[in-house]
Amino acid sequence: MIELSHITKTYRMGDVDITVLSDVSLSVSPGELIAIMGPSGSGKSTLMNIIGCLDRPTSGVYRFKNREISTLSDDELAVIRNQKIGFVFQTFNLLPRFSAVKNVEVPLIYCGLPARLRRERAIPLLEKVGLADRLHHKPTELSGGQQQRVAIARALVNAPPVLLADEPTGNLDSRSGEEILNILTGLNKQGVTVIIVTHDQNVAARCRRNIHLKDGRIVRDEATA
Amino acid sequence: MNFLETFRVSFEAILSNKVRSGLTMLGVIIGVMAVILLVSIGEGARLYITKELTGLGTNLLIITPGKTSTSGGFHPPSAGTVRKLTYDDAQALRRRAWLLTDAVPLVFGTGRIKFGNLGRDVMMIGTTPEFQRVRNLFIDTGNFVSQSDVDSKAKVVVLGTKVKEEVFGDQNALGKVVMLSDARYRVVGVMRKKGTSLGMDLDDIVFIPVTSGQELFDTDGLFEIIASTPRAEDVDRSIAQIKDILIRRHAHKEDFTIQTQGAILSTMNTILGVLTAVLGGIAGISLLVGGIGIMNIMLVSVRERTREIGIRKALGAKNKDIMAQFMIEAMTLSGAGGVIGILLGVGLALLIPVFVDVLPTSVSAWSIIMAFTFSAAVGVFFGVYPARKAALQDPSKPYGTNNPFNRAPVLPHTVIPDLIRNPWAFQYQKWIPAGACPSRTEAGAGMTGHEVLLLIRIIQYS
Repeated sequence: MIELSHITKTYRMGDVDITVLSDVSLSVSPGELIAIMGPSGSGKSTLMNIIGCLDRPTSGVYRFKNREISTLSDDELAVIRNQKIGFVFQTFNLLPRFSAVKNVEVPLIYCGLPARLRRERAIPLLEKVGLADRLHHKPTELSGGQQQRVAIARALVNAPPVLLADEPTGNLDSRSGEEILNILTGLNKQGVTVIIVTHDQNVAARCRRNIHLKDGRIVRDEATA
Repeated sequence: MNFLETFRVSFEAILSNKVRSGLTMLGVIIGVMAVILLVSIGEGARLYITKELTGLGTNLLIITPGKTSTSGGFHPPSAGTVRKLTYDDAQALRRRAWLLTDAVPLVFGTGRIKFGNLGRDVMMIGTTPEFQRVRNLFIDTGNFVSQSDVDSKAKVVVLGTKVKEEVFGDQNALGKVVMLSDARYRVVGVMRKKGTSLGMDLDDIVFIPVTSGQELFDTDGLFEIIASTPRAEDVDRSIAQIKDILIRRHAHKEDFTIQTQGAILSTMNTILGVLTAVLGGIAGISLLVGGIGIMNIMLVSVRERTREIGIRKALGAKNKDIMAQFMIEAMTLSGAGGVIGILLGVGLALLIPVFVDVLPTSVSAWSIIMAFTFSAAVGVFFGVYPARKAALQDPSKPYGTNNPFNRAPVLPHTVIPDLIRNPWAFQYQKWIPAGACPSRTEAGAGMTGHEVLLLIRIIQYS
């Protein structure tokens, strides 16, 4: 489903080119549960940007569901992000002025669903992540764990085949982190491909495949459990 | 993404920062208000003058001695050959110009009117009975100057109401003898009250027979002849007729000028139209400044919401969705400012004449439409640049605050030495750029100086 071959990414900072990813090849099949690990600055975020279609590689080929990403326009990438990929961020990234249910509706706004249908789809998802009684709370009125559950509901609202989670438990206490992890592994059991970027060995241990990055290269790609 | 949703998002953004939105709108409000107010004053002045000129009577032709118009080519000043207009010229016009209903000879002068020990400087007009009809000034008590008064150079005078009040008070003036510049005149009538027109008090005038006036002012000429024709279509033919008669009487020279009321009106209209346009233009500049204010605030707003833009893009917003969001925000600001400005402008324009009676105003529909269109255009014009800036933001820039994957914003390099010296006392929150995170405290909380140091290593590494 996700096919990276010989991906490099360089950024130009002033006069110097900085290579953040070099020659990364990676293949992800549907239904996998993967942890991407590595020290800070190893290129994890850049890899996530590319897999998440937020960025295009400098060279190499990225195929998402057999579509070559680098040839697509900004708007076509936006559609893929909207329909095919769910994002879960470390800092939750909820829109602060919106209630939980409005936040979950945001991706549906961009695929043009009318308001009534948006609500009909958002509410069951929030119920599923255990926030049935928090529908109209603003993010500031929710705990970190609750905010992350809203974010997961938002990521799932278009039923994407892939979920990208960037340090989803990084800002949470261990109990909330455990709950989030349970939700993510539960989703994986239902067939969603889940890719988690993490520092946390415990999180990595629950994934079936661990990929280690260092200095922009994959240094280890191993199956666990 | 549908329009209604975009509009709601923009509206919420405006409401979430009421003070700033209000101040931004203020620029447009003042601009639109100024346009409407100043154009109303200009229009009011134009309508006022048009009304006053029309109030003089319709289809008037004013004949003055001397060729002053340049439209007929170059006329060298030839003082010796200019003939005065005479009472006989007026009589000839009256007899022979059949298109004219009246040809009223006029002499003007100023002098002192005295009765008993009361005196007053007044304007004196020497004329004929038809003057009343031509200028819409009528007698109240007694009689106006009659044709036999004119024929016999009678020493009779008709007083304006103000003159009568000042000199006679409540006394009956009819039949009394007054001194007009050392000549004795008998009061035969008092005019109806008329008021001020174009700065001239029409009640502060006395009228005497034109022939007596010529004697009093020691002249055999006239100041002007006012002719009138009943139909506007006949004005051109009347001019031809007047020229024909007068040129023959003046040794085949056109040594006089005929002005039509229409020509005077259109000249005044042109002048005041330019005045209105200039006033509107000046006000338009303030509207422009208001627009720049909107652009300024929109740029700040885009900067503040880079994070929001990044999140929205990650969730599938297309460039045009983001563009629309910020465009509508700018247009709502300018549009709402425009509407409030119109209400205030129209309100003030209607209020001014109530308190300041020398300043007539007229609110015209075109000034309202123009001001609103202009303010909406200002919103579009000054909204495009910030909205484009927002739409073209790249959500994947490394360490850019708009990349939702990035958890910490860039610290300025200048603070790094402080940080290394004492990581524990370092105040992280201070350095989070506005808009980098949904809330400053949320991102800053729990982050120790050592974690910040780690972050800096990441930055240095890259």
